[in-house]
Amino acid sequence: MTNKTERNGTLLARTLAAAQRHRIITHLLLIGFGFIMLYPLLWMLSSALKPEELIFRETGLIPGEVTLDNFSEGWDALSHTFGHYFINSAIVTIGAVIGNLMACSLAAYAFARLEFPLKRLWFAVMLGSIMLPLHAVLVPQYVLFSELDWINTFWPLIIPKFLATDAFFIFLMVQFIRTLPKDLDEAARIDGAGHWRIFSRIIIPLSMPALATTAIFTFIWTWNDFLSQLIFLTNPDMFTAPVALRTFMDASGNSSWGPMFAMSLLSLGPIFGFFLAGQRYLIRGIATTGLR
Amino acid sequence: MTRTEIRAEPTRARSLSLRKGPRKGPPEPKAAKSRRRREALTGYLFLAPWFIGLAAITAGPLVASLYLSFTDYNLIGDANWVGLDNYERMFTDDPRYMKALRNTAVYVFVSVPLQLGFALGLALLLDRGVSGLPIYRSIYYLPSLLGGSVAIAILWRQIFGDDGIVNGFLGIFGVEGTSWIADPDTALGTLIILNVWTFGAPMVIFLAGLRQIPHSLYEAAGIDGANKLRQFRSITLPLLTPIIFFNLVLQLINAFQSFTQAFVVSGGKGGPADSTLFYTMYIYLKGFGPSLEMGYASAMAWVLVLIIATFTAINFGMSKYWVFYSDK
Repeated sequence: MTNKTERNGTLLARTLAAAQRHRIITHLLLIGFGFIMLYPLLWMLSSALKPEELIFRETGLIPGEVTLDNFSEGWDALSHTFGHYFINSAIVTIGAVIGNLMACSLAAYAFARLEFPLKRLWFAVMLGSIMLPLHAVLVPQYVLFSELDWINTFWPLIIPKFLATDAFFIFLMVQFIRTLPKDLDEAARIDGAGHWRIFSRIIIPLSMPALATTAIFTFIWTWNDFLSQLIFLTNPDMFTAPVALRTFMDASGNSSWGPMFAMSLLSLGPIFGFFLAGQRYLIRGIATTGLR
Repeated sequence: MTRTEIRAEPTRARSLSLRKGPRKGPPEPKAAKSRRRREALTGYLFLAPWFIGLAAITAGPLVASLYLSFTDYNLIGDANWVGLDNYERMFTDDPRYMKALRNTAVYVFVSVPLQLGFALGLALLLDRGVSGLPIYRSIYYLPSLLGGSVAIAILWRQIFGDDGIVNGFLGIFGVEGTSWIADPDTALGTLIILNVWTFGAPMVIFLAGLRQIPHSLYEAAGIDGANKLRQFRSITLPLLTPIIFFNLVLQLINAFQSFTQAFVVSGGKGGPADSTLFYTMYIYLKGFGPSLEMGYASAMAWVLVLIIATFTAINFGMSKYWVFYSDK
């Protein structure tokens, strides 16, 4: 009897020890893999802080000597300071965020709450336009915007957002609004509220999580966007940060990696900031649209 | 509006509607009709910006580019009708186009399965109640946010360059590597690695999917004596197929349209020896390069639309053979 409990005890201890070992191995795997994933980013950070000549001599992450020279040199490398390009990027990005928030929420309310003829057809068209490659419409868009004399202005990058062309966000908000209880609308309607009031006073305040997700994703995508900025902005005065970075790279070839890394790092800063601040919305955003 | 206020609303509404007194007789079809018409008008008003966008920015230009694809339009001159010449030229008289098509196909069909494999593997590892899950999830997700940027493409150019970190590491083991981005045999591979690096977004979607699988299924299977592998094959995988399907469609569409990384890593040329010339890059070089062959670029863009539509359709068509919806 005592023998048996003892055996049970050691068995339990052994299983616990095995589970413990298993957990530690899992963590080591996850940490090791995470380190490999982040290594390029950490290396870029470390290289931006090193004197140019040390970048290729040291493979380690800890800089032997820390300097901010790369940042000051990169900042003034092109015809304008990088501050100018960051301001341009910020104008485009903020414009796009406001546009998407307004236009996509309006369209989403119509699809989620209103009845009108051909609604199913238009909804299908909207879904289809999510998959439409930008390249398929770029040439006629370019012709249109050059007719309007909008090339080398920010309008081609902002106005489409005010026309709800990022249908993905309409879909995201439709999905969200559908989860809100309809009783609220009906109560307000009986109270004499029109659709505009219901939309602006009830739906919008309750849709903050979806609006936050839209704002964060629009910010990140627009800030990272390259192709349309490359096409519509050819005048160096109007360059955004990605276009300026690319020009910097073309101009310096394989030299001045230090300043280039410093400016690249700065250009990733806002995204990283939004990532830290808005993680919750980001993760939930992908998870919910993924699952519908 | 706070929650209490919302809850208070229905009571107030009910008392209000009561004050109006009983409705007169049977519901008037006329009033209902006008209410419906008013709602339809409101609906179209809310959708007005979207309709303008559809006409001017998306659907309109889509039709316009179809028309241009049958012309020799070059922005300066008139658009002369050339019939199917552009399409014929693509497949019979333009080796660079075929090269771009091949590069893109290799990129898509190698990087997407690898990316989804990593995403699923990590999601499974993280789903087993690992402590610190949010931290790991964030670390793995971060590259997806940054991967499409010019900054990361510049970094990639250095990592796989002549004296980049990859060669630095190989040097430790006495292996002398070449410049991976300057070698036509390996340049495309570096871009595939870059796409695989961004597996975080599908991983987050997989994780959310794994959460939806009821735990009781595993308990029941455990009692029945099914081991872990069997449980994975008979429970996890079938219940996850809708998510795998969704990720597959999404990532395929994304990969076909990949542009920035190849453009920056190859310095805007698609080199070396056109080995990183992606489909979208060739559209750009033809349509917005010095020759401004916008008619030809439109034809290429339309073939891309058809390719993406075909693959999406094939995916949906085949989904009934392997995607399992538990609620149907």
